[in-house]
Amino acid sequence: MASPLDQFQIKPIVSLGKIGNSEIAFTNSSLFMMLVVLAIGVFFMMATAQRSLVPGRLQSFAEMLYEFVANTLKSAAGKEGMQFFPLVFSLFLFVLTANFMGMIPGSFTVTSHIIVTFALAMVVFLTVIGVGFAKHGTHFLGLFVPGGAPALLVPFLVVIEVISFLSRPISLGMRLFANMLAGHIALKVFAGFVVSLGALGIGGILGATLPLGMIVALTALEFLVAFLQAYVFTILTCVYLNDALHPGH
Amino acid sequence: MASPQKTGTEVPGGAADVGFPPFKTETFASQLLWLAIFFGLLYWLVSKVFAPRLTDVIEGRASRIARDLDDAAAAKAKAEEAGRAYETSLAEAKAKAQSIAQAKRDEVNAGVEARRKALEGDLAAKLAAAEAQIATTKTKAMANVEGIAAEAASAIVQRLGGSAPAKGDLDAALKAALKA
Repeated sequence: MASPLDQFQIKPIVSLGKIGNSEIAFTNSSLFMMLVVLAIGVFFMMATAQRSLVPGRLQSFAEMLYEFVANTLKSAAGKEGMQFFPLVFSLFLFVLTANFMGMIPGSFTVTSHIIVTFALAMVVFLTVIGVGFAKHGTHFLGLFVPGGAPALLVPFLVVIEVISFLSRPISLGMRLFANMLAGHIALKVFAGFVVSLGALGIGGILGATLPLGMIVALTALEFLVAFLQAYVFTILTCVYLNDALHPGH
Repeated sequence: MASPQKTGTEVPGGAADVGFPPFKTETFASQLLWLAIFFGLLYWLVSKVFAPRLTDVIEGRASRIARDLDDAAAAKAKAEEAGRAYETSLAEAKAKAQSIAQAKRDEVNAGVEARRKALEGDLAAKLAAAEAQIATTKTKAMANVEGIAAEAASAIVQRLGGSAPAKGDLDAALKAALKA
């Protein structure tokens, strides 16, 4: 009986050597990252090959994704936000595809590892800081001073704003990681019940239908979560990028 | 797929399997490296190939639709312009036709009037000529009447008196009688 955590094990496929304690290897995680990018690449290559005025099915879908993300970005960060479109679109596609690919039984979920989601969140966080200071200089720090606050409260508010700003990449990465991890563990646990109960004879097989039904329901829920978390990651990215463009509250 | 074989061959893997996989820091470097490579590749693809292509298509379509709408509006304006031009030319033609008809009517009227005037003049001349002729004839007749009266009076006087009256007396008497 495999542990529910087995599905998250990183297993080297080709080892490339070691740096200190860390093994640099092409792992199952790397393989699925590659498959994710490959799937996105192949899909968009095919979808945008024709670039026809009246789109076909694939092109329609690609345009739908484009406009979905573009509208999210524009509504959160305004028209100037479109300069970040490639980054936001890449993040959305990567997270969405990784989440969905993780739903294939036996596959590996790239986004169920905190280091990956945290790294993606840091990309957003550092972009916000870099662009914020490049565009507004020290005015960017105005982000931490809420307008119209009483002078006495300003120091406290600044501390709170700074903490909330610094916790953004953590919460952004943690949310995606925890959702994917918890969902997959829950699925595996209920699947384990089915197997254990099924081994107990006819009564057990009848009893196993309950967790089996649960798995079906959870799988549907997980598909929703897979999309929803990709969307939440994207919309929060847009909101944070808006701070870089318009730091005044 | 490959996992049972791997767990079989990786002897230290068995020991490393203990613990929570996402918190095993020794796997972080490798994951970060490959994430950087593949996400970088994806970002490059999206920013250099896919996003520009989709932007081109969508904006091209939007501008094409806008252009077509403009063309349609221009065509409509042109059609309305042509309609107005037709209306004005029709009105002009009607006015022209009326003026031509009026001119013709005036011309014809003038011709008729002139002919009527000429005819009237002619008739008046003829009338005058006829009257003149009548007058001459009348004068002539009157002269004859005088002669005849003179002769008759002379004959009457000769028969009554026996002798013809003097020429001068007769004329004076006649004149006085005719005058009366």
